[in-house]
Amino acid sequence: MNILHYWRALWGIVWRELFRFVTQRERFISALVRPLVWLFVFAAGFRSALGLAISPPYETYILYEVYITPGLCGMIQLFNGMQSSLSMVYDREMGSMRVLMVCPLPRWFLLLSKLLAGVGVSVLQVYVFLAVAWFYDIKAPWLGYAYVLPALLLSGLMLGALGLLLSSFIKQLENFAGVMNFVIFPMFFMSTALYPLWKLQESSVFLHNLAQYNPFSQAVELIRFALYGQLNQHALYYTLVAFIVFMVSAIIGYTPSKGMMVKKGGPG
Amino acid sequence: MKPCVLKIALLTLLSGAAYAESVLVTLEKDNALAIVEPIEGKLIKTLPVGMKPRGLALSPDGKLLYIATSDENTIKIFDAETFKELGKLPSGDDPETFALSPKGDRMYVSNEDDALVTVIDIAKKKAIKQIKVGVEPEGITVSSNNKWVISASETTNMVHWIDVKTNAIVDNTLVDARPRAVMFTGDSQQLWVSSEMAGSVTIIDANTRQIIKNIKFAVQGVTPEKIQPVGVLIDKDRKRAYVALGPANRVAVVNAQTFEVEKYLLVGQRVWNLAFSADQKRLYTTNGLSNDMSIIDLDSQTVTKSIGVGTYPWGVAVKP
Repeated sequence: MNILHYWRALWGIVWRELFRFVTQRERFISALVRPLVWLFVFAAGFRSALGLAISPPYETYILYEVYITPGLCGMIQLFNGMQSSLSMVYDREMGSMRVLMVCPLPRWFLLLSKLLAGVGVSVLQVYVFLAVAWFYDIKAPWLGYAYVLPALLLSGLMLGALGLLLSSFIKQLENFAGVMNFVIFPMFFMSTALYPLWKLQESSVFLHNLAQYNPFSQAVELIRFALYGQLNQHALYYTLVAFIVFMVSAIIGYTPSKGMMVKKGGPG
Repeated sequence: MKPCVLKIALLTLLSGAAYAESVLVTLEKDNALAIVEPIEGKLIKTLPVGMKPRGLALSPDGKLLYIATSDENTIKIFDAETFKELGKLPSGDDPETFALSPKGDRMYVSNEDDALVTVIDIAKKKAIKQIKVGVEPEGITVSSNNKWVISASETTNMVHWIDVKTNAIVDNTLVDARPRAVMFTGDSQQLWVSSEMAGSVTIIDANTRQIIKNIKFAVQGVTPEKIQPVGVLIDKDRKRAYVALGPANRVAVVNAQTFEVEKYLLVGQRVWNLAFSADQKRLYTTNGLSNDMSIIDLDSQTVTKSIGVGTYPWGVAVKP
């Protein structure tokens, strides 16, 4: 097995995902509409709700829509990660996952390729969203748009790995509603995507703690700081560790001998 | 060795450039003056200057600094380098704002409680005339051609045109409710007057003394009663004017040719007074209730930084 095989497999998986994304115009539009609705409608309604303290990485007063933009980038990636997991379940039901899994390459590599394909799509979506936001006068420093790329890759990997892990638990497509209710919504609302930590602390210390340890919060903060040309080390390490934990668990979950599929008795 | 020398030279050059300008902010409640370095955006130091300091200005040669210390009923003179107090001027009661003549030999002070404008001969440190004006005079300015002194009376809703030669009122123009700041364009052809209660700015032709335009402000998501214009500045090319909108926490950017409002920039709470950097590339604002000042980059028209300076920042001046 040489490197060419690996490359071919990676390219095949990434290309399939990108092709699927490009051909499904509705998916592209809906992925963009969701954060834009939040930006144009929700943020407009809460324009003055943020209060007046200046918190890093911001050096001056900002409007609410400026604050939630990095959170909405995270939201795109969160939904994308979960959508990838949904497509995994679908693939498994349709049998294409079986084809993939019998490929003579290590399982971890196949899963990682699948993950990278999803991240590529989410990064593309985020940049389109940031471009629209730019015309709405939400502008970060030019360099920030370059700095945010590695942050988006890592956060995308972490959220995608979480999706992979979840997909190893889900037997049928119908169960995905549970993921919405028990993973996406709590993760999004109990995070720093919509309100800063200090604001949460004002109302509930418990919520503040939940948000602080929520890996999605850390991913959002990593994106937020990167977009303004700064590195939030704590968020970087936290997101990295979360990625490793989710990824290793997902690989174990997909291993036929010990994975969740054995326990669930699913098709694998 | 060479790169090291280069590095030192570059650092010296940069630090020289960085400390080329100081922003001076009076702190009404701290009874002090804050000195801010605007490139890095750092508060350098705070000095006690007297009770309730508000309006401040530098002499045209930049050597002297005048600060109205309202609760001491005087205007103090400081050395602009050492900030050592050099003397006092007889301003009359409760001086809040004042204006210097282009040469820096005369000072015109608004005495709000007495409805007077006091004219001071700076060299003699003597009040040479007191001019009766409308009720609660506040905003005051001198045209750069040294023809007019303008005093705005907050309660009379009027601007008074005082002839510099005779120190007498020649004309009055009725403006919107509660005029606060008055500012001539660089060519002395137009006078811009902000009206706090009306939420507007009136532009008056200086030759005919007739109103040529009235600009109303409306900020998305801010109730109209919070839009209370105070400080007004117009750039030297008369391309843009900047208006501090008080509790609306915004600075309005106005096209000074078409009088269209181009943009509202979010700054700290209750923004009142404004100052340009020496090269007019930056604008500094004092935000009275959030105890900070904001720095606006005028090329990109963005607020780059807000810096805590002390309690109730009021006036702002730039020492090149």
